[in-house]
Amino acid sequence: MKIFRKRPTQQKKTQTADTRPTLPSGRKAGFPSMLAQVPPGLTVAKTSHIGRIRERNEDSFVTVDCTCYSNSEAFPLGLYIIADGMGGHKKGEIASALAAQVVANHIVHDVFIPFLCNQQQSSQSRPINEALVNAVEAANLAVYQDTPEGGTTLTVALILRHKVYLAHVGDSRAYVLTKGTLRQLTQDHSLVARLADIGEGTPEEALAHTNRNILYRAMGQTDSVEVDTCSLDLPAGSCILLCSDGLWDKVPDDEMLDTLMSAASPQAAIDRLVTMANQNGGDDNITAILVTRAAHS
Amino acid sequence: MIKVVGLGGMGAVYQAQDMRFTGAKRLCALKEMISTGRDRHTQRIAIHNFEREANILAALNHPAIPKIYDYFTQDVRNYLVLEFVEGMDLEAVLGSVRTPLPVDRVADWAIQICEVLSYLHLQTPRIMFRDMKPSNIMIRSPNQIVLIDFGIARVFRTEQKGTMIGTEGYSPPEQYRGTAKPEGDIYALGATLHHLLTRRDPRLHPPFTFHEEPVSALNPDVSEELEAVIMRALEYETAKRFASAEEMKAALQECLKKGGQKQKPEKDVEWQPTTADNTETVSTKNETPSGTTGDEGILPVWQFECEDEVRSSPVVADGIVYVGCYDNNLYALDAATGEFQWKFATEGGIAATPCVWKDRVLIGSEDQLLYAISTSSGRILWTFPTEGRVRSSVHIEFEHAFFGSDDRRLYATKAHSGREVWRFEALDCIRSTPAVGGEIVYVGSEDNHLYALDLQTGRQRWKFRTNRGITSSPILHQGLVVFGSSDWNVYALDEKSGWSVWRFRTGQVVIGSPRAVDGVVFIGSADGYLYALDANRGRQVWKFDAGHQIVSTPAVSGSALYFGTIGGEVISLDVKSGKERWRFATGGPMPSSPSVSDGIVYIGSNDHHVYALPA
Repeated sequence: MKIFRKRPTQQKKTQTADTRPTLPSGRKAGFPSMLAQVPPGLTVAKTSHIGRIRERNEDSFVTVDCTCYSNSEAFPLGLYIIADGMGGHKKGEIASALAAQVVANHIVHDVFIPFLCNQQQSSQSRPINEALVNAVEAANLAVYQDTPEGGTTLTVALILRHKVYLAHVGDSRAYVLTKGTLRQLTQDHSLVARLADIGEGTPEEALAHTNRNILYRAMGQTDSVEVDTCSLDLPAGSCILLCSDGLWDKVPDDEMLDTLMSAASPQAAIDRLVTMANQNGGDDNITAILVTRAAHS
Repeated sequence: MIKVVGLGGMGAVYQAQDMRFTGAKRLCALKEMISTGRDRHTQRIAIHNFEREANILAALNHPAIPKIYDYFTQDVRNYLVLEFVEGMDLEAVLGSVRTPLPVDRVADWAIQICEVLSYLHLQTPRIMFRDMKPSNIMIRSPNQIVLIDFGIARVFRTEQKGTMIGTEGYSPPEQYRGTAKPEGDIYALGATLHHLLTRRDPRLHPPFTFHEEPVSALNPDVSEELEAVIMRALEYETAKRFASAEEMKAALQECLKKGGQKQKPEKDVEWQPTTADNTETVSTKNETPSGTTGDEGILPVWQFECEDEVRSSPVVADGIVYVGCYDNNLYALDAATGEFQWKFATEGGIAATPCVWKDRVLIGSEDQLLYAISTSSGRILWTFPTEGRVRSSVHIEFEHAFFGSDDRRLYATKAHSGREVWRFEALDCIRSTPAVGGEIVYVGSEDNHLYALDLQTGRQRWKFRTNRGITSSPILHQGLVVFGSSDWNVYALDEKSGWSVWRFRTGQVVIGSPRAVDGVVFIGSADGYLYALDANRGRQVWKFDAGHQIVSTPAVSGSALYFGTIGGEVISLDVKSGKERWRFATGGPMPSSPSVSDGIVYIGSNDHHVYALPA
C-alpha cells in the first residue's frame, strides 16, 4: 500500500514554435520504424566513407559502450566520438585520430572506470561535465603539440542511462531525433554559421558561401580551446546522430529526417545517408554514428 | 638589400637601399608577393591588377601613406618599392606591454586613422584600405600613424580548397559577401580600437562578437562616450555605422574633449593597468561604501523590532508575514503595514524558516520541538519532539512534512497530525531543508553527504559525498539537484542517479542555498561573491562582489534579485547583468534570506529588526 498520494501526471509544457524539420503532413509522428527491430538498450550503427573526390579519409571515430544490468534495470553507458581532421601531409587524419583517442582514454578513466567501481557518487570523481571538458582540452593539447600543422573538429556524446552529455568543437554535428523531430544540438564554429546568426545570410545562402570552409574554432590551434557542452534527456525511442560535414553539407535536414524515420534498421539508415551524400557530390569524407535508444528498455 | 624586416603569408618584406642615389642613403622597403595562381592566365590577370593598383597608390600623397617608388615582377615574384617607415606596428606595440594602451593616446591614433581613411575614401575612384588591423598600422615618432600593406597583396591570393582555420577577426560581415565600401574600413577600425583598448584579440574569438564584450567591461578606464563611438563603428548593418570617416573623427574629437578616459576624481588621470588575461568573466565591483543606504535612498516600507536577532527568513502568506526570532517567538505581522498580529513563544531561539500550509504554520525551534501553529489564532495545534535542535526548515509534499534535526535524523510526519511516518538516520546533524522531486526526498547533512531517500519508506536510494558538511538546502532544477557544500563547491547531480554533472568552486564555504530561474543558478558564498551559474554546464555567467560573506539565500522576483550579507546589507541586483540596483544597510549581520511579495522585500537582520523594503 502506498503511503503517499501521487500527484496527477502533469502535462508537459507545450513547445514554442520552431523551425526544426518535422514529418511531412499526413504522416503520423512517432518512433522511427527501425525501432521495431532494435533490442533493449542502446543500438549503435557507424560508418565512415572517403567520399568521391578526396584522396584520403581524414575523419576518425571511436565508440565505446557497455551495459550494466542489475535490479531488473539496464544502465547503458556509451561514448561516441567523431573527428574531422584538416591539414595537408596526412596531418588531418593524424590529428583527428589522436583527438578521438585521447578523449576516449580520458573518459574511460574518468567516467567508465568510476562507474564500474561504483565510485561516481562522490566528490572524488570528476563531474561528467568537467570530465568531458578536461578530456577535450587534453586532446586539444595533444593535437597542438603533436601535429602543429594539423587540426580537427571534435564532437563527443556521452550517454549515461537516460541522459546524453555533449562536448563539441568545430563544425561536425550532433542531432537528436525525438518524437519525429530532428534537432541540431551543436553549433557550427564556422564563419558561415556566424554570418547566418547575425542575419548576414540564411543557412541556404551559407551553404553556397565562398568562405564556407573557414572555422573560427578547431582543435589543436592554440594550447587551449573553448569547449561547448550541454546535456539533455534522451527519452526511450530517441536517437542521437553524430556526423561530419561531409554528410550534413550534402543531405538537407528534412531528407535526413525522412531517411531516419523510414529506414529498416539503424545501419541501413546511415548507409543510406552516406549514399545520398555521395549522390549529391560526395566532395568530402562522410562519417556518421547513429545511437538509438529502444522504445521499451 | 640590407635585411629582412618581416615575413607575411605572401612573401617577405626587406629593408633595402636605393643604389640609384649614389650621393645619399635612401632606405626603402621592398615588399615581395609570391603569386600562387596555378595557370598562366590567372598569373597574367594578377599581374595586371597588381600594376593597376600600384599605379593608383603611386598617385596618393598623404603623410600617413608610405610613398611608392617603383614596382616590378620577376617570374612569380612581384615587388613593390616603398618608402621605409621607421617605427613599430601596433601589434608589436600591444605585444610589448601587458596592460591596455593609454586611452587618450589610442583615441588620438584613431583620429589620425580617420583622417587618412577620409583622404582615401574621397579619392576618385574611391579607395578602400580593406585590411585595417593593428599589424598594418605603424607608429613612427612622434606618435604619428602610417598605414602599411594596402590590400594589394590580395590580387595574388587564390582561393584555397578544403577547410581552413581562423578568421581575420577585424573584417566586417559584408566583406565576406565580397562587398567593399568605406563603412567596411570603419568597422575594421572599430575592431582594431576594441583590440587596442581591451587586449581581447578578435582572431581568438567567434567573429562579430564585439558587442558581447563591451569595451568598458574589459577596460573600466574607457568612457561611455568613447565606448559608444567604437560600438557604433562595429554595428553589423552598414547603415547604422558612421556614414563617413569624417563623421567618426568628429565623434572621437568630441570624446577627447570630454576625456576619452573615464574621470576618476580620487586618482590622477594616469591609466590603470588591469590584468590582461582575466577577461573571461566580468566581475562587477561594489563601489558604494557600506554602512549607508543606496544612492536612491531606499526607505523601508516598515520595520518591526523584536527582542533578539532575526536569523530566520520571513515567509508571506495571505497578507501575513511569518518570521521566527532568537527571542524564542514566531511572529505574525501584517505584510502591508508591519502591524503585529500575534506571536507564539517556544522554549528556544528560532533559526528555521516558517512553512505555511493550509491553516497552519510549521516551524522548528532550538527547544528540539517542531510546532504546528494555527495561522488564525497563533495557538498550538501539535508538536513533534526530536532529540536535537531543529534548525532545518519544513518542506511539505503530499500532505507530509519533511524536516531534519540536530539529532541527525530526517523525519517524515503527517502534516495534519504530526504523527511520524518514517525517520532516516544520518551520521551528523541535518540542518539543510529537504527538497522533494518525483518519489525522492533530497537533503544534506553535516556528515558531508547529500542523501536521496525513497519518499515512501525513507530508505536510501543513493548518497553523494562531498569533502565537508552540507548545510545548504538542495533545489531541483532541469533534472539536477543543486546545492552548496562547506568544501567551497556548488554541486549539480543528476537527480535520478546522483552522478555529479558539474561542480563550481568558490573561494570559501557555501552555507547558503541556491535559487534557480530559467537555467541560471544563483548562490552566495562566504567568499563574498554572489554567483550566477549556467545550470546546464556550471559555468559562471557573472559574479557580484558584495564585500562581505553571503549566507543568505537569494530571492528572485522578475528581473531583480535580493540577498542579505554578513556585512548587514540587503543588496538588489539585476538578474541578467549582475549589476547593482540598490543596497540598504541595517545594523547587524544578515544570515536571513529575503522573500518578495507584492513589490515588497521582507528580510530579518541581527539588529533585531524585520524590514519591509520596496522591491
